[in-house]
Amino acid sequence: MNLKPGSRWMSTVCTAEVVVVRPAKSEVTLECGGHPVAALGGERPAGLALAADRAEGVHAGKRYFDEESGLEVLGSKAGAGSLSVDGRPLARKEAKALPASD
Amino acid sequence: MHTALLLEMAAEAFPDRIAVGSSSGGISLAELHARARGGEAWLNAQGGETVVFIGLNGPALPVAVFAAGLIGKPFAPLNYRLSDEDLRRLLARTAPSVAIVDDDMVARVAGTVGVKIVSRSAFETACLDPANRAAELPLVDPDIAVLLFTSGTTGEPKAAVLRHRHLASYVISTVEFMDADEDEAALVSVPSYHIAGISAALTGVYGGRRIVYLPAFSPEAWVDAAASERITHAMVVPTMLGRVLDVLAARGETLPHLRALSYGGGRMPPAVIERAMQVLPHVDFVNAYGLTETSSTVAVLGPDDHRAAMTSDDPDVRRRLGSVGRPLPSLELEIRGPDGACVPTGIAGEVCVRGEQIAGEYLHKKVIDDDGWFATNDSGWLDAAGYLFVEGRLDDVIVRGGENISPGEIEDVLRAHPQVADVAVLGLPDDQWGERVAAVIVAHDPAPADAVLAEWVKTKLRSTKTPEVWDFRAELPYNETGKLLRRVLKQDLMARSAPAG
Repeated sequence: MNLKPGSRWMSTVCTAEVVVVRPAKSEVTLECGGHPVAALGGERPAGLALAADRAEGVHAGKRYFDEESGLEVLGSKAGAGSLSVDGRPLARKEAKALPASD
Repeated sequence: MHTALLLEMAAEAFPDRIAVGSSSGGISLAELHARARGGEAWLNAQGGETVVFIGLNGPALPVAVFAAGLIGKPFAPLNYRLSDEDLRRLLARTAPSVAIVDDDMVARVAGTVGVKIVSRSAFETACLDPANRAAELPLVDPDIAVLLFTSGTTGEPKAAVLRHRHLASYVISTVEFMDADEDEAALVSVPSYHIAGISAALTGVYGGRRIVYLPAFSPEAWVDAAASERITHAMVVPTMLGRVLDVLAARGETLPHLRALSYGGGRMPPAVIERAMQVLPHVDFVNAYGLTETSSTVAVLGPDDHRAAMTSDDPDVRRRLGSVGRPLPSLELEIRGPDGACVPTGIAGEVCVRGEQIAGEYLHKKVIDDDGWFATNDSGWLDAAGYLFVEGRLDDVIVRGGENISPGEIEDVLRAHPQVADVAVLGLPDDQWGERVAAVIVAHDPAPADAVLAEWVKTKLRSTKTPEVWDFRAELPYNETGKLLRRVLKQDLMARSAPAG
């Protein structure tokens, strides 16, 4: 899975889409709803179901990261599944509240 | 990551929210996206490798920024206030390009070799054309988002390169997606060719805050727009703020809807910000420090910092009103001495920054080091709590007898004199000391004597910082983004003091 910065991916089991903000340091598989994501605009495999333990949702505009591999993605479209890397759930990066400066 | 994705996400999440213009009759996020798509198809057919913009602020600006991004071509806004000759020379440097030019400016640049000129009205019409909007172009993997010709207080303008990843990184690390309330509106009065104008378009769209453009700045028009559009957020450069405060005072206007006012792009005189805080007590003030080469803001003095400094009896805290606050958590900042090593707290050196938003690059010239650090050419120091004090351009620091003297510090003291309206301090060559301190004063009537002002500085600072050369004139030279042209003054004063013949 070539998770290069700026590349866009879609869930195969819900409406979620993400864009890679920071690449992983090693080869990893990004999943949503318990199944590997697919390149946006590519084929969507049929017949897959959302895993019950991976259904906390992806929110548009939220960043998610994996401490171990360094992978960070931005939710670009919301969906019901939640994100994981090689089976490890991603953590949501909490916003740093900054005053508006421009 | 592509900056156009910021708009795509916003239009998908809140299609009906007003993105640009008045709350009634403005352009929605979905419409902005549709226009950018229309502009994309049309611009693609015009050829050229760069999309130039020469014109006043308005809805066509963000449309053109995103349209250029969609076709993967750099967006290069040029300074229309330049002389025709300089503007044409700059425009020629962008060839092969297509230039979107305000209708009444087309004649100024027509015939520039290698540049296809299209009028702003033709571009705006094309963005509304259903055929253009329906065109499906292949997704491109874009690289350079913006070329900004730096304002050039020294010599020929350089083209700073900002890539999509720098700008997108700045936006997603400093703005919460669609976090603005529906009634929020930002007034943008910096010109299209200023980094703050570009970043305002991106952060406004991603944060869901309506953008209201002032076609060009005047303090009266600014106050009119702020009041009638119920502006909640605005950014000004220091020279604008004092003039805005004068208009507010003259009209008795209090701008009750205004919540946050940020400033940057130059040194803010403490007297002006203190006055602003007294006149607008309900407003959150934010000092943002950044450069074109750093994709805008790298340090912020927030509203709480302002209030703490204003009300504190501790001189160290009080002094922070003259600082630019603390570095953004998403980047690193160091102060380095001439040998490249970090200097201790409280000691001035060159401000250096590193992070994902830092571009540090000009066309054909990368100025970032191998470890990712960008040297800003600004002189500054950090206090014990990590607040950054910027003293000005490194080249402007006066070195007198081995002592580094900050012009800004002396200017602040002189500006606090009741008979001084404006002031510039600079160094002139001196055989004995290397440099000596000169002050150029714009005085209120009656003008104070040299000796009075010299005594004023001496009692507040010390004798080595007291100007030895005094010059009085009616006004100081500023460029169009409010930066003092010290170089012009220096040449003037040197020419005058040079021996005849």
